Amino acid sequence: MSWAWFHKLGSPKWFFSWSKSWALPLFCVGCVCLFVGLVWGLAFAPADYQQGNSFRIIYIHVPVAMLAQSCYLALGVAGFVFLVWQMKMAPVFIKSMAPVGAVMALIALVSGAIWGKPTWGTWWVWDARLTSVLVLFLLYMGIIALQNSLDDLVLVNKAAAVISVLGLINLPIIKYSVVLLETLHQGPTFTLTKKPEMPPEMWLPLLFSVIGLYCFVAGLVLWRMQTEILKREHRSNWVKQEVMEHGL
Amino acid sequence: MAFNNFSEFLIMGAHGIYVWSAYGFSAFALAWLVWNTLATRRKTRNSLRKRLLRNQNR
Repeated sequence: MSWAWFHKLGSPKWFFSWSKSWALPLFCVGCVCLFVGLVWGLAFAPADYQQGNSFRIIYIHVPVAMLAQSCYLALGVAGFVFLVWQMKMAPVFIKSMAPVGAVMALIALVSGAIWGKPTWGTWWVWDARLTSVLVLFLLYMGIIALQNSLDDLVLVNKAAAVISVLGLINLPIIKYSVVLLETLHQGPTFTLTKKPEMPPEMWLPLLFSVIGLYCFVAGLVLWRMQTEILKREHRSNWVKQEVMEHGL
Repeated sequence: MAFNNFSEFLIMGAHGIYVWSAYGFSAFALAWLVWNTLATRRKTRNSLRKRLLRNQNR
């Protein structure tokens, strides 16, 4: 197997030019899919027989919650890659991804609380699922605070990578908290092994908004990584050229 | 369409306040994220270019 792609991926210059052709298309596809999924879910999907219309919050809650976890998984992998191979792009990725993941976790918490009120009769309970997602949000905030509070880039890169890897332990807790432990939270909507228990006219729009949000976030993260590359590599000639040629 | 008219769509069988506030917050947060991403990008490029021009003129 050729490792050329891995070395290319590690080069800020190569990554920058590659990401330039992907960021905007991904972002646009994401916006369109998200729009289709949300309009379909809000206006056309049938109401739930138990929860009524409040279940429509699922079309934003589930995508952001999935993204909040996927972003952290990616953060953990990047942290591992940095600690083992010292790859230059890994800290760039962690720096760009952390705020995005934090916003996803925050929306998951807020939309979940608003959904909880009409469904469970309470905004918040300290059960395993809700608490572990709160911990996820705090992990993101910790990484962001760390990056903003220290000036020594070498130290920041290493510390952020270590936290990213250690925080991975939280992910299986989130995932299995609704299956193994007593909780108010309902079980997963999508699983790899079973068909969803909802009818297709309910889960198809959800699929759209999940895929849409993944593309939306991918586009955003590529843009943020470009910014971070420009900042970190500002002494190299290709960045000078890039900045002078393409003003905006 | 799951609703008969627009006001039913807004009220959502007494759940409208929950559904719309959840979506309102989400839209606000996502819009902030997009704005923050693009604004930082523009600012970074501008300040780098300014610094380059300053160094060239020296």
